[in-house]
Amino acid sequence: MKKHILPALKLTVVMIVFFTVIYPLAVWGIAQFAPNAGKGEIIEHNGKKYYSNIGQSFTRDQYFWSRPSAVDYDASGSGGSNKGPSNEEYLTEVKARIDTFLVHNPGIDKSEIPVDLVTASGSGLDPNFSVQAAKVQVKRIAKIRGVDELKLNQLIDEQTEKPLWGIFGPEKINVLKLNIALDELM
Amino acid sequence: MNTEILGIIVMFTLAILLAIPLGKYIARVYGGEKTLLDPVFSPLENIFYKISGIKPQTEMSWKQHLIALLTINMVWFLLGMLILMTQGSLPLNPDKNPSMSADLAFNTVISFVVNCNLQHYSGESGLSYLGQYWLMFLQFVSAGTGMAAAVVVFRAFRDKSATSLGNFYTYFVKSCTRILLPISFVVAIILAFEGTPMTFEGKDTITTLQGDRIEVSRGPAAAFVPIKHVGTNGGGFFGVNSAHPFENPSYLSNMVEMIAQLLVPMAMIFAFGYFIRRRKLSWMIFGVMTVGFLMLAVPNINMEMNGNPAIAAMGVDNSLGAMEGKEIRLGAPASGFWSIVTTVISTGSVNSMHDSSMPLSGMNELLAMMINSFYGGVGVGILNFFVFIILAVFISGLMVGRTPEFLGKKVEAGEMKIAMIIALLHPFLILVGTALAAALPQYTTATLNNPGFHGLSEMLYEYTSSSANNGSGFEGLGDNTIWWNISTGFVLILSRFLPIIGPVAIAGLLAQKKFIPEGEGTLKTDTSTFGLMVLAVIAIVAALSFFPVLALGPIAEYFSLY
Repeated sequence: MKKHILPALKLTVVMIVFFTVIYPLAVWGIAQFAPNAGKGEIIEHNGKKYYSNIGQSFTRDQYFWSRPSAVDYDASGSGGSNKGPSNEEYLTEVKARIDTFLVHNPGIDKSEIPVDLVTASGSGLDPNFSVQAAKVQVKRIAKIRGVDELKLNQLIDEQTEKPLWGIFGPEKINVLKLNIALDELM
Repeated sequence: MNTEILGIIVMFTLAILLAIPLGKYIARVYGGEKTLLDPVFSPLENIFYKISGIKPQTEMSWKQHLIALLTINMVWFLLGMLILMTQGSLPLNPDKNPSMSADLAFNTVISFVVNCNLQHYSGESGLSYLGQYWLMFLQFVSAGTGMAAAVVVFRAFRDKSATSLGNFYTYFVKSCTRILLPISFVVAIILAFEGTPMTFEGKDTITTLQGDRIEVSRGPAAAFVPIKHVGTNGGGFFGVNSAHPFENPSYLSNMVEMIAQLLVPMAMIFAFGYFIRRRKLSWMIFGVMTVGFLMLAVPNINMEMNGNPAIAAMGVDNSLGAMEGKEIRLGAPASGFWSIVTTVISTGSVNSMHDSSMPLSGMNELLAMMINSFYGGVGVGILNFFVFIILAVFISGLMVGRTPEFLGKKVEAGEMKIAMIIALLHPFLILVGTALAAALPQYTTATLNNPGFHGLSEMLYEYTSSSANNGSGFEGLGDNTIWWNISTGFVLILSRFLPIIGPVAIAGLLAQKKFIPEGEGTLKTDTSTFGLMVLAVIAIVAALSFFPVLALGPIAEYFSLY
């Protein structure tokens, strides 16, 4: 064992230099050509900047609500609820979310509410929701903002992101982009 | 066809198609044959050897291999304790995160040294960038360690009779430089362009569209995330791992990360076949592993797509599936698929919260780790499978009434004892750990996030994940306590090094024995009949060890919900 300690130590040191200094610097160098130089993708709107990948909390009635979040969209951290599927307390919470939604969206039938609007995401920062999650909120927003429902549905169609290359994965909508487009509509 | 299912099929098929040529390349690397990357890496490795005073030509016996392996791992452990317990006052700490407590540092360092990456901290608040990069270093070298150990076993069966089995340092260094690094580099670039941050600036503060002021954690993640998959480590940069929209920004990044984690474990199996010139044997192994894998993965995809019946009963539109703990850009099917890939392989990275999986999905995730050899971690997966092969050879030998043989070597009492100890160690650590945790509620009850059957599953998952060196969790468990840090720390050490020492010892012992040419009565190990035998041994060991505790946890929860 003794005769291996010194080589092991020295090998560790050179490999630290290579794998934690040279390799990341090479990646960093290439990332300078990535969107926003690798500092996170940005959307600018009215002179303010937002991270397009990081979901934001939308709770006001004039905006499309985002999904529930276990960390309230506080992006200094991240987290899911980690509630088990049979947890009574959790199921009561989901029921309460459904009821709240129905109160704020009169004229909507329960069966129109998609499950993503009443369940918290894994990261607590999900930037997306489903197409149905947008559609089910149209009636409310049209009334509050005084816009034609048709126009809102058109907006949703424009903002719907198709599956990857049209063939892989789910359809989705970026909630922040949709709400920015909604503000611009006014 | 449904685009979400199609995405899964393509990920899986692409991984296999890439793993075959990679396996050929890996066999050439370890065989010392010429490869495309020689001009870059040969000079580099020579510098490594020269500075460290290592003579790459020195041949080692299996015992010397193990001594070298354990020594360098000990160096990493001691150095790691030092770094994590002082990171608060070291450079590269823009967010001013504190140093770790002794028990948390102990658990963290061990779990990264052993390729497990149980994370009892959250990356955003628990580590400085220096700490992150030290852990990234460990992700490279712990994967390299596992691969080097596997190559010793490969070598033992290549020659008819051998006592010298190559040089540990060369296997280890080549694994890191020629296999793990190039793949990681490619993945890092793809991730950076998909939106994973690569910046040394700390948190940013923004005002949201609604007017709330929030902070956004960033960091040099694009270099970090690839090796967690390529080396099947699984330690995430951000707290929620690959569910985080920076760590896994799109469906494309999800496909790339998925393929990255399947790639090397699959390729190692093909490399084994090329290396010992028995390609049919590696197809037998690959076949058994794939059958086992699909038996776990397909039901999970299905159950997660069907969603939670308790929520469906509330009358909402449940067609998206079980979305609690899942991300919209990835969807329920791809998350269900990932939950099995990451547990059969010892990655342990997650793109959805396993704690919120459907009960039997959770059971399959547990089973995947309990078996721990359907592909398995880089290097160590094939070592675990090797133990099951030895068991199957022995049982088949008894059935036909001949001394059991494997690849021309007699398997005798000594080897069988080692194989039995290793096969039983895993259930022993899981079950004793969980039993202790359940028997000492004063340390554990307060840490549970869910009541009832699911609470037991949370504890069971923590020990299973530790013993399988997996690192995923039912993350609701409040695991940063002295009890969890210390108890899982010891499980980690035992479950990593004994299953490396065991198979290397068996292979070393077999290598010294006289080669017996194949005859009429030789048991053929590269046939589907033998494959079925191995699968049966695996199923029986798993069922006998784990059925009772699974019945108390996930199965009981299933019946309470459906």
